[in-house]
Amino acid sequence: MATTQSRTLAKIMLFPSVSLLLAWMIVPLCMTLYFSFLDYNLLMPGDNEFIGFLNYEFFLTDPAFVESFFNTLLLVGGVLLITLCGGVGLAILLDEAIWGRNYVRMMVLAPFFVMPTVSALVWKNMFMNPVNGLFAHFAQWLGVTPVDFFAELPLLSIIVIVSWQWLPFAALILLTAIQSLDREQLEAADLDGAGPFSKFFYIVLPHLSRAVTAVILIETIFLLSVFAEILVTTSGGPGYASTNITYLIYTQSLLQFDVGGGSAGGIVAVIIANIVAIFLMRLIGKNLEN
Amino acid sequence: MATNSSNKTKVIYTLVAWTISGMIFFPILWTIITSFKTEAEAISASPSLFMFEWTLENYTQVLARSPYFDHFLNSVIISLGASIAGLLVAIPAAWSMAFVQTKRTKGLLMWMLSTKMLPPVGVLIPIYLLFRDVGLLDTRLGLVIVMTLINLPIMVWMLYTYFREIPHEILEAARMDGAGIKEEILTVLLPIALPGIASTLLLNVILAWNEAFWTLILTAAHAAPLTAFIASYSSPEGLFYAKLSAASVMAVVPILILGWFSQKQLVRGLSFGAVK
Amino acid sequence: MGSITLKQVTKSFDDVNVIKPLDLDIRDGEFIVFVGPSGCGKSTLLRMIAGLEDTTSGTIEIDGKEATSVPPAKRGLAMVFQSYALYPHMSVRNNIAFPLKQAKVAPAVIKEKIEKAATMLNLTDYLDRKPGQLSGGQRQRVAIGRAIVRQPSAFLFDEPLLNLDASLRVNMRLEISQLHKSLDTTMIYVTHDQVEAMTMADRIAVFNGGIIEQVGTPLELYRKPVNRFVAGFIGSPKMNFIDVAPKPGDATHSLGVRPEHFKITTEQGLWQGQVGVVEHLGSETFLHVHVDHIGTLTVKADGDCQAVYGDQINLTAEQAKIMHFDKQGMTIPALSWGGESAA
Repeated sequence: MATTQSRTLAKIMLFPSVSLLLAWMIVPLCMTLYFSFLDYNLLMPGDNEFIGFLNYEFFLTDPAFVESFFNTLLLVGGVLLITLCGGVGLAILLDEAIWGRNYVRMMVLAPFFVMPTVSALVWKNMFMNPVNGLFAHFAQWLGVTPVDFFAELPLLSIIVIVSWQWLPFAALILLTAIQSLDREQLEAADLDGAGPFSKFFYIVLPHLSRAVTAVILIETIFLLSVFAEILVTTSGGPGYASTNITYLIYTQSLLQFDVGGGSAGGIVAVIIANIVAIFLMRLIGKNLEN
Repeated sequence: MATNSSNKTKVIYTLVAWTISGMIFFPILWTIITSFKTEAEAISASPSLFMFEWTLENYTQVLARSPYFDHFLNSVIISLGASIAGLLVAIPAAWSMAFVQTKRTKGLLMWMLSTKMLPPVGVLIPIYLLFRDVGLLDTRLGLVIVMTLINLPIMVWMLYTYFREIPHEILEAARMDGAGIKEEILTVLLPIALPGIASTLLLNVILAWNEAFWTLILTAAHAAPLTAFIASYSSPEGLFYAKLSAASVMAVVPILILGWFSQKQLVRGLSFGAVK
Repeated sequence: MGSITLKQVTKSFDDVNVIKPLDLDIRDGEFIVFVGPSGCGKSTLLRMIAGLEDTTSGTIEIDGKEATSVPPAKRGLAMVFQSYALYPHMSVRNNIAFPLKQAKVAPAVIKEKIEKAATMLNLTDYLDRKPGQLSGGQRQRVAIGRAIVRQPSAFLFDEPLLNLDASLRVNMRLEISQLHKSLDTTMIYVTHDQVEAMTMADRIAVFNGGIIEQVGTPLELYRKPVNRFVAGFIGSPKMNFIDVAPKPGDATHSLGVRPEHFKITTEQGLWQGQVGVVEHLGSETFLHVHVDHIGTLTVKADGDCQAVYGDQINLTAEQAKIMHFDKQGMTIPALSWGGESAA
């Protein structure tokens, strides 16, 4: 509802954002698409001839792809599960009347501000190191053999690190959502004879659905491209045990200089992200708009 | 109506909350403590929380070994530069979408968000090659451009949710009162939306400060921000826990303090307005 | 000067015609009220006059000059919004000064005008406060002050009293009427509340479904509504409608009787019914009477009416004041109040 003048103005004001994003999305994407059909390696100067779908064939039939595909799913799914369950628990806890709530909230929030490279290095060396890490010390104190986390449980270790980074985010958003819950609803439920569990499942949880949607959406965006945590801890290993798709493509393109293969991988990653995006967009389309 | 039993539950809840949040915070606390230890104490098999000889040696060594302040400055310039540039582009767009809604507005917002879902690896090679060819590799400008673009959708979304809460009538009143579009935005919209704009800026500074895909790939010695500087500790220096801790503390503490100060404003923005 | 002429004005959003071709002459200095149920197009029309909405077709003339596509700031009109639309970050003083500053009026003149408006609206003590520190009524006055200082050729009010509580609303209604008398400037006032319309207007335009059903003075609308819609909309409580079996030679399809035109009689009347809920207001009493085959009729009786729940009563009405409507719901003037037969 507005006049023609303001609509024209609105278009002009939208132009920079839209054109920049379009350029950012379309131009490199087209180039990636183009490269993905070429035999193009930075180490082997040649005429980069057109090889059709060969790069895709190589990428998709590579066992490393299958493994990293499932690793990606496990990583995203695992972190979402941990942060959402932990987040709901923390949110309910922090919503209670406790002493020093502000300090508790500051402590819970802190990991979110720690850059991925720092948290990965700190966890890797000071906690999960099989010789000098705190966990190893603790295991020895208990008289158990210390676990070599990154050799034996590489993906799980990364899931733990990433979950630690994202738990505060989930907890804080869910806490804010819980605090916006109308207390009269809970009092009405009390009068209706609802116990704590029915109150949680019938009132609190439905009220949180929007916030949960937001958490899933935002975390998924970032979790699909987890990179630094893998780079500084396991470098994707051992073998491909902790390689996700982002990391796989990184190794192909910038470590093996296989531009063609890396591009094919990039396009596959885009397609996967799109499939995920379609699901998510449906979800938020329903849930976020009013 | 604080009865005895409700006081008891409060004590229990408080204890549980402090224990759990203490565990969550522990890695950071431990890093801070370790940064004041000697290397020998840092790897001691019977680590001590406070009973050790405090030293600043790690900090002086980290500062001496590498140009920490250069990296710090890079982080500041890149994150602040990208956030301000992003605001300049995002504010007009958010104004359009919030106040001149059309049938396409919702679709456009969704599309902008979807660009955020584009995996960076999908555009990694072209950006790398383009940057190499125009000489933007390992430059602050290059990173400012990249950070602006990757965070632009989030900025537009956040601002959009803030702007939408401002009644249209106020802007219409300004229009009736004879304000042009420039006055409407500068003297009416921006002052009213200032808290929202500030939190948008803050969140994006934090996101850009901690971004560690493009910074690791597009920078080397010259423009490397703190994320890349810390990555250089991955090995073998990572085994020197005390120095690793000192470097980590210096990389994390500025943004941690900023984040703590602005936590209230952050939450709303983070959730794209889904949570108020 | 502030006459506004609408010629064949229409408005459509996509395929929906919100305003169907509409003509209206608003005279200089008059207080005209647009009234109608929500979604009838009254606010849209006001916004079109203000220039905040495009006019799909037709022309809007202000003071005889074509203004259909003139931007809002250049139309010389001032608007008071439902939510007051005060600038929350500016003091009252700066809120009122804002339009003058936009017009590049000299600071000394601005100061003088603010003082004058503040005195007029009892805002002198609040000039340095922010809108958030004011009560609803004070905010409303600031919004009016901001409109006054521009000396517009007409004031546009968009449901300005909606957000005030009932007693304040009565006061503000008086203040706005008083303001109109002292400024003598055209005012266009949109409301869905027929009481506001009746009490304030020189003329009322009754809107329904994007058209104007009738324009007239409050008493004209009360006495000579052109159709069932206007008859039912104007007057409180609402007019009672009673369907009647069509008789040959009589087009009457339904009758309309206002609650205040019923008489309770002891002997056989026109209708007989059982008293339902009784509402005592002190000065008057409203009875909800159930009449077989007709339904519930609202009857206004004296304050000392003794009827109680369950009483059987007889009702009658002055023949002359009964409205007659035809099949289409149009008034049959000859048979209705104000018609020749009653004269």
